Amino acid sequence: MELLEWTALELSAKIKTGEIKARDAVLAALERIEAGEGIYHCYITVDAEGALRRAEEVQRRMDGGELSGPLSGVPVAVKDNICTEGLLTTCASKMLGNFVPAYSAEAVRRLEEAGAVILGKTNMDEFAMGSTTETSAYGETRNPWDIGRVPGGSSGGSAAAVAAEECFLALGSDTGGSIRQPAAFCGVVGIKPTYGTVSRYGLVAYGSSLDQIGPIGRNVSDCAAMLEVITSYDKKDSTSINREDTDFTAALTDDVEGMRIGLPKDYMGDGLDREVREAVLEAANVLAGRGALVEEFDLGLAEYAIPAYYTIASAEASSNLERFDGVKYGYRAAEYEGLHSMYKRSRSEGFGPEVKRRIMLGSFVLSSGYYDAYYLKALKVKALIKKAFDEAFAKYDLILGPAAPTTAPVLGESLADPLQMYLGDIYTVSANLAGLPGISIPCGKNSEGLPIGLQMMGDCFQEKKMIRAAYAYEKARGTFGRPTLASGTDGAGRGVCAEGEGGKKSGKTI
Amino acid sequence: MGKRYETVIGLEVHVELATKTKIFCGCPAAFGGAPNTHVCPVCTGMPGTLPVLNKKVLEYAVAVGLAANCKISEYCKFDRKNYFYPDNPQNYQISQLYLPICTDGGVEIETEAGKKTVGIHEIHMEEDAGKLIHDEWEDCSLVDYNRSGVPLLEIVSRPDMRNAEEVIAYLEKLRMMIQYLGASDCKLQEGSMRADVNLSVREEGAEKYGTRTEMKNLNSFRAIRRAIEGERERQMELLEAGGRVIQETRRWDDNKGESYAMRSKEDAKDYRYFPDPDLPPIVIDKAWLEEMKKAQPEFRPEKIKRYQKEYDIPDYDIEIITASKRMADIFEETVERCGQPKKVSNWLMVETLRLLKENGMEPEDIRFSPENLAKLIKMTDAKEINSSVAKEVFEAMFDRNADPEKYVEEQGLKTVNDESALREAVEKVIAGNPKSVEDYRNGKEKAIGFLVGQTMKEMKGKADPGEVNKLLREWLQEMKE
Amino acid sequence: MENRINDEMIEHIGILAKLELSAKEREQAKEDMGKMLGYIDKMEELDTSGIEPLSHAFGIRNVFREDEEANGNMREDVLKNAPEEKDGMFLVPRTFEG
Ligand SMILES: [Mg+2]
Ligand SMILES: [Zn+2]
Repeated sequence: MELLEWTALELSAKIKTGEIKARDAVLAALERIEAGEGIYHCYITVDAEGALRRAEEVQRRMDGGELSGPLSGVPVAVKDNICTEGLLTTCASKMLGNFVPAYSAEAVRRLEEAGAVILGKTNMDEFAMGSTTETSAYGETRNPWDIGRVPGGSSGGSAAAVAAEECFLALGSDTGGSIRQPAAFCGVVGIKPTYGTVSRYGLVAYGSSLDQIGPIGRNVSDCAAMLEVITSYDKKDSTSINREDTDFTAALTDDVEGMRIGLPKDYMGDGLDREVREAVLEAANVLAGRGALVEEFDLGLAEYAIPAYYTIASAEASSNLERFDGVKYGYRAAEYEGLHSMYKRSRSEGFGPEVKRRIMLGSFVLSSGYYDAYYLKALKVKALIKKAFDEAFAKYDLILGPAAPTTAPVLGESLADPLQMYLGDIYTVSANLAGLPGISIPCGKNSEGLPIGLQMMGDCFQEKKMIRAAYAYEKARGTFGRPTLASGTDGAGRGVCAEGEGGKKSGKTI
Repeated sequence: MGKRYETVIGLEVHVELATKTKIFCGCPAAFGGAPNTHVCPVCTGMPGTLPVLNKKVLEYAVAVGLAANCKISEYCKFDRKNYFYPDNPQNYQISQLYLPICTDGGVEIETEAGKKTVGIHEIHMEEDAGKLIHDEWEDCSLVDYNRSGVPLLEIVSRPDMRNAEEVIAYLEKLRMMIQYLGASDCKLQEGSMRADVNLSVREEGAEKYGTRTEMKNLNSFRAIRRAIEGERERQMELLEAGGRVIQETRRWDDNKGESYAMRSKEDAKDYRYFPDPDLPPIVIDKAWLEEMKKAQPEFRPEKIKRYQKEYDIPDYDIEIITASKRMADIFEETVERCGQPKKVSNWLMVETLRLLKENGMEPEDIRFSPENLAKLIKMTDAKEINSSVAKEVFEAMFDRNADPEKYVEEQGLKTVNDESALREAVEKVIAGNPKSVEDYRNGKEKAIGFLVGQTMKEMKGKADPGEVNKLLREWLQEMKE
Repeated sequence: MENRINDEMIEHIGILAKLELSAKEREQAKEDMGKMLGYIDKMEELDTSGIEPLSHAFGIRNVFREDEEANGNMREDVLKNAPEEKDGMFLVPRTFEG
């Protein structure tokens, strides 16, 4: 089997036994990037030099017995809203087109400590606002299963890079489904951990009370291993939780005997694509066949999750994005008259339409006279949703459902109607509102051969149950298969490496 | 003017806390430093960075709240106040609006008109902003974030004050209380204590308050007094002329002696406060509150009572010494080292106050240590130096906390106890001043003073004047006989 | 409900959020926000009386750091991305009127 088809755990095992070198893995990935980027555009920045240097260093430390973890020598990608010291971090925005942080996110620090090798920064929806990776200021990412379709978003670059074998594992971030939905569209696995599990330090904030960093990988085991590495109690993040029981790989046991699984009727009705529905029900049957107790139930409130989510996320975003003002870093307009004109021009030119839309909505729902009716109301709805989940988890170990109502849409289709695009997050946003962990795993393909994602949600701090069930399901399901990968250009004149404003930095260490 | 008006004043006082580090990051909070040297990614609002609350800030807030008789909230939160201005790197200030840490307190003030209580609406924690420096030459502004994130307490009074005297008494009271707690040095000039004055006027006897304005940039008691008078006049004149007061923020220009409105089209005054999602709430349970109550220091009234019981010094001295926590601390620590409260008090009441006044300093600026003052007192007691030397030594201590032992040694100021040297000097003085000797013999007591002075001069000041006096009298007595 | 998003409100939001919109963008913003709010208004159907607003998903509380210095001079790091700099400070357009 070709090196790039190995899972991350297989790869690191082979590096450990000396069968191959860390450098070879990086070279193979870079070669694949070189071949595939002209079509897929998963990356905004590729740091080839840095990755090769790191690979040598990791190899030395592995040879010296200093490093032996399951991610040692594994080439990984990092979503471009996660800060990397000395490496361009753009959030896929013109606003941060030249921003090079002097610090790394805690999750990145932990990955590096564990010996992972960072290949580069992946494309995404601008400031993680979007569900298709089309709002990126540096061009859209293509779905490796069908380059006429979106990879999902906002962590579309990360999910596509894993699917296109342009890395072994990737970090994404999930505010309303931004890990789980692109994982579903790209036929890979993604985990959104319990809020507070992975430090948010260094993750450029979108909706601070909802944001979590998580892994995207080829299978459940790789994701569990990566999650174990990036989980930490970080004193730099006041919302970080000191958890025990974070040896997630210990949960990789093929056993769902007696596990109680609830299937919300609310998630299986109107608006759900028929083929997706069938695939999810089939997956439920598979689990039932392995001894799980699966039943349908009424979760309730599902239709209020999106209104509450967009109110809260936009409000927090409007405040979080105030710091982008052309004063300390990032884009400053060339022409302006006075301070406020500088602010307005820089922000109007630096942010794309979707970001502006959410900033304006967020500013409105917090503004004088509307705070109670919108923002406070949304926090109360959030409380009710949390309560509904508490009640559900009193009965069930896991909640099962689709990760998205459809498979990957065609490029350009979603942006035409933003509200329609927001509705696509219906099954994922609740986990963010309630702080719950969720996982998305491929559970079949539709008639067009597009991957379908199954979502499992656990109660807070119950990742292990979720990982156990996902692993058991994955074993029962068997190999999912890979997309047929293409090389060259997409015919639209794009070169081998991305040439967005951020893309120009490709291949260079900054 | 026909009608009689009453002035109604409420104050928002900002106090910079004396923590070692900033409120949400580990940067030094110390005043000064070259621009942008006390900064990090957090306090410059870099993307992805997060705030973590300095526990000491909370403890100081509770201590001040307790001292001001406030209710300490069992549950409090931080909120974001959103507005764009370059001195605030995030373009929101982390503050408390919905659930502040302290509410509903009050302090008693005393003016010539008597005692009254000024209510405190709330006290909350927040972060300070950076400094803007205007570059006239290049017509731009420069931002220094050294102060960004320095912890502040904002103490919001009720509109209970009626004139400048009450305002100043209230500020003095807060200042003393906070200094006693060690929570801040409360220096108006350096900006570690700042007051915004909310002022309105109403016809005497009216029930409803008038429309108020807020005045900022008041950095001395003098400016506060003048701004209050000025704004009161301005509002009364407006009303008399049939106009009305607009609720607005005004900036006081102390040089011109007038205020002007700070208005801008771009300034919407809609701060969109909401709970900061980066900072979990604070819960203060009974046990913790009890602990913090126990840690409260002794305040001035109790201190006065204790001094009256423990130390044999005049009430007047007690009044002065306890007026400053720093002074009281020096007094107590010195007495602990050398006893003699009366002597310690004398040094503070006479020489210290004199030098403070001459140098335009506050007791908080005192540099000499209790150790050195105690040493000085012991040296004079042991007659190692005489009192005029002691004064000289004290000046060196006051100036630069000089060690009295070393200073006396280096300057060669030690009293000469060599009997023969002294005898020689006395002999010389008597021989050289026959007129004075004659006067003394004729019963002019005063003449002895001159002779002592001359002998001291002969001894280059390093003799004990008492000893000299005794020796001279003996000598002259002998001569008589 | 949708008429609350009028020209005046868009102007106000532009000031709050520091965004400058072209005439076309204003019209688009009015339409988008109107639609979105019309949808968000669905929350009104839910009776939330007596419900405490939930800002943090679970009960983390009392997270503090000790009052200890944690970093040295980071001036260079902090200034390196500045669009304009002078004398170790961030340069901005004049902030006072007059
Ligand atoms: Mg304030
Ligand atoms: Zn700092």
